[in-house]
Amino acid sequence: MDQGFIEVNTPLLVSTLAPESNIEAFNLSTDKNKSLRYLITSPELNMKRLLASGLDKIFQLGPVFRKGERGALHLPEFYMVEWYRKNADYRDLMKDCEQLLIKTNKAAGNNPLSISYKNTQISLKPPYHLITVDEAFKKWAGWSPVEIYDPNRFDYDLVTKVEPNLPKDRPVFLIDYPAWQASLARLSPKNKKIAERVELYINGVELANGFSELVDRKEQEQRFASESKEMEKKNLKPYPKQDLFFKALDHLEECAGMALGVDRLIMVLTGKEKIDDVVTFVPEES
Amino acid sequence: MYDSSHLRKGLKIVIDDEPYIITDFQFSKPGKGQALYRCKLKNMITGYTMDRTFRSGDKFQPANLEEVHMQYLYNDGDGYHFMDLKSYEQVTLTEEQVGDAKNFLKDNMEVDILFFKGTPISISLPTFVDLEVIEAMPGVKGDTATGATKPVTLETGHKIQVPLFIEEGDVLKIDTRTGDYVERAKK
Repeated sequence: MDQGFIEVNTPLLVSTLAPESNIEAFNLSTDKNKSLRYLITSPELNMKRLLASGLDKIFQLGPVFRKGERGALHLPEFYMVEWYRKNADYRDLMKDCEQLLIKTNKAAGNNPLSISYKNTQISLKPPYHLITVDEAFKKWAGWSPVEIYDPNRFDYDLVTKVEPNLPKDRPVFLIDYPAWQASLARLSPKNKKIAERVELYINGVELANGFSELVDRKEQEQRFASESKEMEKKNLKPYPKQDLFFKALDHLEECAGMALGVDRLIMVLTGKEKIDDVVTFVPEES
Repeated sequence: MYDSSHLRKGLKIVIDDEPYIITDFQFSKPGKGQALYRCKLKNMITGYTMDRTFRSGDKFQPANLEEVHMQYLYNDGDGYHFMDLKSYEQVTLTEEQVGDAKNFLKDNMEVDILFFKGTPISISLPTFVDLEVIEAMPGVKGDTATGATKPVTLETGHKIQVPLFIEEGDVLKIDTRTGDYVERAKK
């Protein structure tokens, strides 16, 4: 990231996290009083606090931890690079991704503008495919999650119908998620049913997730509260109130941030189909 | 009951009252979405395969299979008769249930039969069986071209290809996994 991004390292062991009903954090007791600490599932909250305190362009490259995630593309401990820009939105993040892919591909010793992955030639020359979640679901799943609220069906169809049908000849940006899938993204000023969220896919592999960040404290608190309720429904203990983060939101200007799975990026650049092949030791052998 | 954390290749579960074995298993999870478990399943009775995608929170009934050591007795119009060597109870299987094993069943052969709720699913035979050749054309003398074979009929009625020097009355060692001739049985 030679565009003037400062590398930061925020703590891996934290007192609280952004509520997510579909991500389970590792929790640890650090002393006899049994106060819980968590391993980060993403450095998001602390990185936003840094942005609020005056930094403009930051990135963090390090491990993140998610319980129960293990498969050909998943490890409970994996590497993420997460970056934030002030005065930017999700379209700037997409440009960042284009640059990042070309530069890392070159560094990997490949022809910078092209990769071969899973027997498919993939061109890295921008522009990439840009598909909205609405278009993708209507085309491949026969319904629009922007119009209809159905989280179970969304997750199921995303994995079984949409992801497998995304174009493979160039990377794909899947954009404009339904408002109820916004997570920490702000809603589109043009259409309140849509959140400015984008995901990068290469040949069906989910590589990155980014937002035009929500900086409205009240709205964020509300979303955290309802997501915490979802966590309770799944028997996950909600995190302590994220006061330090909320305070920072009062001082946070418009910004955008993206998180990219580094192990998966390496897989794609080196032609590996199993994440086991790009790490030193897998959990079963460490 | 199993839950999604137990799912893996080789696990046997009951779906719609029939036993299935998971032949392929894939964990899928979008970053912010639910975990999904994509399985290929094979029906252990019919052999048909199907794809199913399960969610966390789904529960699965283990397929309780019983393996019984039995002895093959004989077959007749009613089917193939086996005896449980512990209880001496007899069980009759149809030709269909016996399947390809019928080509190698010899009187008093000991086998293992896998049952699901009393329905036989598969028979495990000993790896090798000695069977007599009951019908064979004489080999043409002088024909020593390597690899030349001829068909013969074994005592079970099964036909296989064997080298030309094999004659009626020979007892052959047969590999039950492939159905192939191995060598002439030692007397």
